[in-house]
Amino acid sequence: MSVDTLFDFLGSIIPAMEGSGLLLVIAILIPCLLLFLVVAVNAIVMVYAERKVAAFMQDRVGPMGQGVGLHAGKWGLLQTVADALKLLTKEDIIPKNADKLLFILAPFMIFIGAFVTIVAVPFGENVIVADFNIGIFYILAMGSLGVIGIILAGWSSNNKWSLYGGMRSAAQIISYEIPAGLSIIIIIMLTGTLSMQGIIQYQAGGMFNWIIFANPFSFIAFFIYFISVVAETNRTPFDIPEAESELVGGFHTEYSGMRWSFFFLSEYANMLVVCAVAAAGFLGGWHSPIPGYFDSNGWGIFWMMSKIVFLIFVMMWFRWTFPRLRVDQLMNICWKVFLPISLINIFGVGIWTLVFG
Amino acid sequence: MTEIAFWFVITMTVLSAGVVVLHNQLIYSAMALLFTLFGVAGIYIFLWADFIAGVQLLVYIGGILVLIVFGIMLTNRISSVRLSQSNVQQGVGGAMAIWLFILISFVVSKTPWYKSDALEPIETVAGIGTLLLTKYLLSFEAISLLLLGALIGAAVLSRKEN
Repeated sequence: MSVDTLFDFLGSIIPAMEGSGLLLVIAILIPCLLLFLVVAVNAIVMVYAERKVAAFMQDRVGPMGQGVGLHAGKWGLLQTVADALKLLTKEDIIPKNADKLLFILAPFMIFIGAFVTIVAVPFGENVIVADFNIGIFYILAMGSLGVIGIILAGWSSNNKWSLYGGMRSAAQIISYEIPAGLSIIIIIMLTGTLSMQGIIQYQAGGMFNWIIFANPFSFIAFFIYFISVVAETNRTPFDIPEAESELVGGFHTEYSGMRWSFFFLSEYANMLVVCAVAAAGFLGGWHSPIPGYFDSNGWGIFWMMSKIVFLIFVMMWFRWTFPRLRVDQLMNICWKVFLPISLINIFGVGIWTLVFG
Repeated sequence: MTEIAFWFVITMTVLSAGVVVLHNQLIYSAMALLFTLFGVAGIYIFLWADFIAGVQLLVYIGGILVLIVFGIMLTNRISSVRLSQSNVQQGVGGAMAIWLFILISFVVSKTPWYKSDALEPIETVAGIGTLLLTKYLLSFEAISLLLLGALIGAAVLSRKEN
């Protein structure tokens, strides 16, 4: 379901407007609105899931219904809806000494950086808004927009905690982009294409054709990629940019209400995108693990979504398993461990392809 | 439709480039530079060079602009939001700009532009890769050596003396 097919489809419904510019705008806007819905619903579901996962890992019950009058639905299902409504109605506070324009601009820039990448994420065999020639590269490139937004948010707040959070976050994201990018190069080396659908089509025919099991080097690459993107999305154990015990809230300390919720939306959108890239690039995307079984179109969406959801669950699992790293430990792991291993990986995949390929 | 998008991209690029040069707060100049670089990436897309556009975003916005913003924030009064710059030698600068404008318009008007009727390439990346590893192998290797030298140099300069 790309923009082109939607454009042709709309043209066939309304013949009077076939091929007009207005129709093209509509054909672009419909998938964008759908994606926005995906992002919003994703955030609501994931906030609930995160609270429940956290609760169960700590042997609590998490959000629950609280009696007849003030309750949040069965098992607390309406808790995040209530939270979202609360955030929408909160007072919008802009600090007096903040740089107003940049302060307002920053959350939108982070959100745009997260949102535009979803365009290239394939959710099924035909469910992708735009299958670019440079799909996976586009996701990497657009992802770098968010860094600027984070630095801006930290700086324009005119607050030392925000500034430290912003600087730490930017340093962390730029550093971990390198091992993540080098691991993606392994996918590109094996498949010979940058298009997301092309990468997934290469992995057809059961789980032993998935790139993670293609050779020992790509197996290591998957784990390097996954740990790096956990760091890139600023999740625990790599959440030093927003370490509550040191920096209050990190780069979003001064934000409240709707603007703050944009940071949250984009964090969850980012998690969705990086897990989707991991699922599409290493875990076979919308292919079924058993060739020939449950491999039809509708099942494709199911497989893709369940792989993404599983990876997101692992991210939440990380959060309640590992203590937070120090800044120097974080940088040491990235530059002294991950970077050499990923370079060796690239070399190894090349040799492996020459010898066995 | 394409024409509207094209003029939008061009206007954005030129206007934000103006802000980069003329704004008296450095951080705003850096932010305007973001839109300029984005606009240039848009122009690459109009030229069907999608890979170059991606590289433009990744290298210039994800790398160089972040470095510039870091530089602004670290060099001068980190905790204050007001950092200003002033344009000195406005007369000489303006004269240079006008001279450059005349030169470029002369080149543009004198060049016999050749209108290509080639179709949109299906894939650009494969072609770029093949050319880099065959025809332009020497320059490719020279650039990678240069970058390696820069990397080692940065590591040597920033390490502690024992």
